[in-house]
Amino acid sequence: MRAFAELLDRLSLTPSRNAKLTLVRDYLRDTPDPDRGWALAALTGDLAFDAAKPAFIRKAVEARMDPQLFWWSYDYVGDLAEAVSLVWPARPGANREPQLSEVIDGLRSASRAEAQRRIEAWLDALPEPRERWALLKLMTGALRVGLTARLAKRAAAEMGGVDPAEIEELWHALKPPYEDLFAWLEGRSGKPTSEHPARFRPVMLAQAIDEAVDFARLDPADYAAEWKWDGIRVQAAHEGRERRLYTRTGDDISRTFPDILDALDDEGVIDGELLVIRDGRVAPFADLQQRLNRKTVDARLMAQFPAAIRAYDILQVGAEDTRPLPFAERRKRLEAFVARQASPRIDLSPVQPFATWAELTGLRAAPPPGDPQIAEGLMLKRWDSDYVAGRPKGPWFKWKRDPFLVDAVLMYAQRGHGKRSSYYSDYTFGVWAQDDAGHRILTPVGKAYFGFTDEELLRIDRFVRDNTVERFGPVRSVRAEPHHGLVFEVAFEGLQRSTRHKSGVAMRFPRISRIRWDKPPGEADGIDALERLLRQMEQR
Amino acid sequence: MIRPQDLLCPKPEGLYCAPGDFYIDPVRPVDRAVITHGHADHARAGHYNVVATPQTLDIMGERYGRDFAHTPQAAPYGETVSRNGVEVTLVPAGHVLGSAQAVVRWKGLTMVVSGDYKRRRDPTCPPFEPVPCDVFISEATFGLPVFRHPDDKAEIARLLRSVAQFPERSHIIGAYALGKAQRIIRLLREAGWDRTIYVHGALERLNALYRKHGVDLGPLAPATTAKKAEFAGQIIIAPPSALQDRWSRRFPEPVAAFASGWMQIRARARQRGVELPLVISDHADWDELTATVDELRPGELWITHGREEALARWATLHDIPARALALVGYEDDDG
Repeated sequence: MRAFAELLDRLSLTPSRNAKLTLVRDYLRDTPDPDRGWALAALTGDLAFDAAKPAFIRKAVEARMDPQLFWWSYDYVGDLAEAVSLVWPARPGANREPQLSEVIDGLRSASRAEAQRRIEAWLDALPEPRERWALLKLMTGALRVGLTARLAKRAAAEMGGVDPAEIEELWHALKPPYEDLFAWLEGRSGKPTSEHPARFRPVMLAQAIDEAVDFARLDPADYAAEWKWDGIRVQAAHEGRERRLYTRTGDDISRTFPDILDALDDEGVIDGELLVIRDGRVAPFADLQQRLNRKTVDARLMAQFPAAIRAYDILQVGAEDTRPLPFAERRKRLEAFVARQASPRIDLSPVQPFATWAELTGLRAAPPPGDPQIAEGLMLKRWDSDYVAGRPKGPWFKWKRDPFLVDAVLMYAQRGHGKRSSYYSDYTFGVWAQDDAGHRILTPVGKAYFGFTDEELLRIDRFVRDNTVERFGPVRSVRAEPHHGLVFEVAFEGLQRSTRHKSGVAMRFPRISRIRWDKPPGEADGIDALERLLRQMEQR
Repeated sequence: MIRPQDLLCPKPEGLYCAPGDFYIDPVRPVDRAVITHGHADHARAGHYNVVATPQTLDIMGERYGRDFAHTPQAAPYGETVSRNGVEVTLVPAGHVLGSAQAVVRWKGLTMVVSGDYKRRRDPTCPPFEPVPCDVFISEATFGLPVFRHPDDKAEIARLLRSVAQFPERSHIIGAYALGKAQRIIRLLREAGWDRTIYVHGALERLNALYRKHGVDLGPLAPATTAKKAEFAGQIIIAPPSALQDRWSRRFPEPVAAFASGWMQIRARARQRGVELPLVISDHADWDELTATVDELRPGELWITHGREEALARWATLHDIPARALALVGYEDDDG
């Protein structure tokens, strides 16, 4: 338990992705079975207990100490699990420290009352607050240590020196504590079999096209063009009695989208974009967000935000693995497959005909009426390409629409994290608006923390330090006046209305595209420019 | 019948002894002061007469210059100084080099002012000596049940594990210049770290002073002498404020560590951008505070500063009359 607690503790405070990988990889290498497997299951979110609720732990601690002293402690710390782990008044005569696997076994097999009794006994036996904190995190299921399931699997791949895609494809065939996986990663046995129904297949990704180079050497006749939809990439699988929906990283989101899986009548595996589609038209991304990250959904929500897959590839039809077939062949099977489902929950991403790159350039700049108006750009797929995991060079390209641009004024700067903790690297910027009295004032419209070089960061950091008006902890407000301040050209992918932002708009993927040292803030854009753009997008 | 408040009572300047006409750790310049230890919020410049341990006088001289007081008066541990029938004895408090409790005796009444203290072993100063008393006047910097400092050796072991795990990075430990920095260095030496430890310029004079008082710190070098890449795998010690300062940019991908009792609280670590919190404190934690009160069983407990209400409540629940003095001017620093 000690090593696992130390791992969670470090992960929760480590900002760098690479450092997190190192921490998990070393843990998996140095910890014996079955503890490391249970830890991996906890980190990938594949463990869930409902044996104990946080409220019980509060009762338990108040039965052991003065409730007033506990209240002051909780009030000071602000987090129940952390406060309890720190104040826990252990009763003497505790057992030895439990192993992680003992805790997991104990939680899995216990009734609620029994689990609570065991948790109290473990809290007594764990000598350090860090370990008690880890136990309480495990108990509630949500570790929240800033590590994605994908990164945890990647760490396992690094430990064994295998391709992360191999683990992703295997993943849903494995059961914690994954002793067969570790035996393979350590070269003690062969690769576990991935032949299990409705498993996840690692997805094929596209490269960004380089307009200056690629068009000159590519033949338009070799490529199919499709619109690039602004949803999330998913894979829907139906094999045997199993139906599953996965994200592009292999997270199983079946429970959130039963409506889609119900529509997948035939056996097969399709690749497509998850969208909210009403009466055949794509709804804004914000509507899809209403459906994401939920454990369960009800009929009302499904009716209000009808999710659908816009399918663009097929990986399996019945018993046939179609991945080795060329895209042209897969496309035919996909069209037939989608037609057979005959459901508005699964439709087809159309192929956009074109003859020359010039014609396609025109289409991208001025998409035809309808859904392509809010597409993110175009996808190009070689007709003869087979479906391979990862991001191979050449067969698939993405060609994003040019971003929207706005000139905005730097208003606040915040210190970054990790490597950037001594730099003011997170910027809040605003555009001009009018206050109630009719004065011209800046209203914040977004935040960005990338898009600049290291040299530019140094220079902006210096500007922030030299032009600080006020400090609020790690945040500084900087001079932003019509004739003195710093203008950023901000690039973004889209706009949506927002009640959380004072300005009423929220940007998608904002980043700094240029720093306008030359431009006086008074000449930056106004909120009317953004509102005009918003209306255009809504009236497509 | 004399009452404790006839001997010591709180005043805006600090704790005042009327029959002896002196203050203990006054926050403003006074004629006569007894100083428990050298941290800036307890030991200020500008008093006329100062009674303190020789080590504390040395620290004050180093910080404020040789003329920090008109007449410094050294009182080694255990030696009694008398004034108007009031006897003052300084005994070890275990906080930092030279730190002392002030034992004040008058007409059969014994009051102990703890100053800042801890009960754990510290390789840089002698341990806290419990003195039976009628009134114990305690600090309560960490006077909440959430503060339970772990074993310092285990914290140092965590640091060394991290150094081994990230050999391409440097580790910067934020530590207060007086006491904490030298204790960390000693703990590292005891854990077998015999390489050069790099130190921020703000620590150099106090390191030299500790060495003069016989604390062996091993090989140290200014944190400016090497090239960036040469700091990979090295340990650097700096004042906490330097962690997020531009100063830290000279090191390769530094892991920000901070040695303080406050690091027990994760939100505190996160606020300061600390990646490796080291819960090492020079103050008594909750268990030490309550165990000390329990051991001494004073007739009354007075609490000078910190989180007074929780410790007062604990004492009351254990049948020890307690009162919070709410003295102002002492900082929350875990120095």
